[in-house]
Amino acid sequence: MHRKNVVIVVAVLAALGLLWMVGCGGGETTTTTAAPTTETTAVATTDTTAPAGPSGDPILIGAVVSATGPASPLGEPERAVLAMMETQINDAGGVLGRPVQIIIEDDQSNPKEAVTATQKLIQQDKVVALIGCTTSGATLAIKPITAEAGIPQLAMAASNAITDEPPMDWIWRTPQKDALAAARALKYVAETLGVTKIAVLHDENAFGASGAAEIAKSAPGLGLEIVATESYKTDDTDVTAQLTKIKGANPEALIVWGTNPGPAVAAKNMKQLGMEIPYIGSHGIANKAFIDLAGDAAEGVVFPAGKLLAVESITDPAQKAVVSQFVAAFEAATGGKPNTFAGHAFDASALLVNAINTAQSTDAAAIQSALNATTGFPGTGGIFNYSSTDHDGLSVDDMIMIKIEGGAWVWAK
Amino acid sequence: MSFDQFLQYIVSGITNGSIYALTALGFTLIYNATDIINFAQGEFVMLGGLTAVSLHRLGLPLPVAFCGAVLIVMLVGIIFELLAIRPLLKASVLAQIIVTIGASLAFRTFAMIFWGRDSLPLPAFSGETPIKIFGARMTPQSLWVMGLTLVIVVALQLFYRRTLAGKAVRACSVNPEAARLMGISYSRVVLISFAVSAAISAAGGVLITPSSFMGYGSGAMIGLKGFAAAILGGLGSPIGAVLGGLALGVLESLAVGVVSAGYKDAVAFLILLAVLFVRPQGLMGQRPVEKV
Repeated sequence: MHRKNVVIVVAVLAALGLLWMVGCGGGETTTTTAAPTTETTAVATTDTTAPAGPSGDPILIGAVVSATGPASPLGEPERAVLAMMETQINDAGGVLGRPVQIIIEDDQSNPKEAVTATQKLIQQDKVVALIGCTTSGATLAIKPITAEAGIPQLAMAASNAITDEPPMDWIWRTPQKDALAAARALKYVAETLGVTKIAVLHDENAFGASGAAEIAKSAPGLGLEIVATESYKTDDTDVTAQLTKIKGANPEALIVWGTNPGPAVAAKNMKQLGMEIPYIGSHGIANKAFIDLAGDAAEGVVFPAGKLLAVESITDPAQKAVVSQFVAAFEAATGGKPNTFAGHAFDASALLVNAINTAQSTDAAAIQSALNATTGFPGTGGIFNYSSTDHDGLSVDDMIMIKIEGGAWVWAK
Repeated sequence: MSFDQFLQYIVSGITNGSIYALTALGFTLIYNATDIINFAQGEFVMLGGLTAVSLHRLGLPLPVAFCGAVLIVMLVGIIFELLAIRPLLKASVLAQIIVTIGASLAFRTFAMIFWGRDSLPLPAFSGETPIKIFGARMTPQSLWVMGLTLVIVVALQLFYRRTLAGKAVRACSVNPEAARLMGISYSRVVLISFAVSAAISAAGGVLITPSSFMGYGSGAMIGLKGFAAAILGGLGSPIGAVLGGLALGVLESLAVGVVSAGYKDAVAFLILLAVLFVRPQGLMGQRPVEKV
């Protein structure tokens, strides 16, 4: 008979568990951000020769993006935009009469590399400000370094902790943060749908859990009652059991907070169970992959997103001009359509250059107060209104709801 | 909990359970022949699903994509055995198990590079109109998974009991050296086991992709659950693997209904431990005979 060694079996179980956790951990790196919608085969040059206009020593701005690695679908468009912006700014006469040089470092989608790159940019290159990073993990990893050095940092990631937790004196962000998306989704449920009883189904990872916490916090204020909250693991292949429980609580709408493939599984399972209540997703499904996965079940799903996804939803004329100019410039430079992440990089560089121009100085403290004083600044993400206490700048009104109709995105007014 | 809800939990549990059962069958097959616990088993499931997606995208009809994926992954299983397991056949079983861990990581990384990080879908085999069983609903796809499980377990049982090759596999499992002395080629038995095991898991992978999608990391969870199911059923017994898989699936599903989804795995694995405490050989396993 087999020599059944209990020790081996236990070791095997432990090892499998470990493997599984590694698998889950890997999956989380993209959770705070939606996957991109367009592939950008950017050929933007990193040519740094200053044009004839501006003169003198260049103003050095550092940037840390995930140009390669798992987050490259987000980081590569950001890199392309920053290279494009450098040319654009210098062609327009530079900043304070001097040329601008954006030194772009690739963190390879790894927070450790981001830390090394940041230290190099601050200590060796002596940059006056820093744009970065692509992922929430890397942004949170370098935040203490820029805070310690007193260098303004413009983040392009969405995790709440980036601006909610200290140190936050030296960091501003351009994407709509996760909490804002949750608030926008709830506003839609309460005001547009006009229902009161809701259920929440969320991923157990950081993105899903923080979203669910945000919903639980804000729902009562909008007169919403959460009748059921259920969760699933990122790699669960079926959520019919959770949905059966939710169905039993008779909610009038279901909010699903997670990133692919979970929300697509939920959409299919809802159809299987014959649940016809409205499905409100998170900004984590603002990508075509969700439609590909869920197929017919994606029809009628609604989720919060930035206005860049539906340019016709922009009512502010100044923002409309900025966005259409940016879209045209991006298409000319790369041949592709910009996604949300390209927009984040555009906003970050535009806000920074605006602050340096306002401050009339490259002194860190002067840039800091100029950024804090930035109000009514139109960008792709919305109208930015920073203050010394608000480093997010955007409001619920800067987000819109998108509905999936006929396999395409439609602005749900 | 209403009766309809209870019924739905059972149906959902059986649906998921048959996926675990299929993977458990793969574990069982290799374990029976070699004493190896193949950690790359879940990866065979993942490779099967993703290969079928690629073949289907090339324009091949679903049945062809299904067969193609099974064949390709079977080939992968054979190459894996030849390159990684065969050189270690004389080493300890532990060394072979460790090699399968390495292979699982290699397969996963390869899949991430080749197919990307997004999960990919496949159309359902026979539509998506749910089948109603009293108050519960299931997809036609689940029937495919359950049907395949049934076919495989019956075929395996016949293979082990009725064919010479099957008896050779059982002989190797009892005593490789004695089997070799009787003229059975042990290395061929190992090779066949890996090939068939990879093919079964790949078939399972293709069948579950329409309902649960497939990504490069999907194999890890399926492998873990399949292994738990195999242990619960009693490693080595195909019927035990199926019973273990179904039991695990139903337990998980009821845990969601009675407790909460957050404790789903905890409840399922606690019960698994409890069962093993009472019956260390698993539900259908045979009590080992100590040789003096």
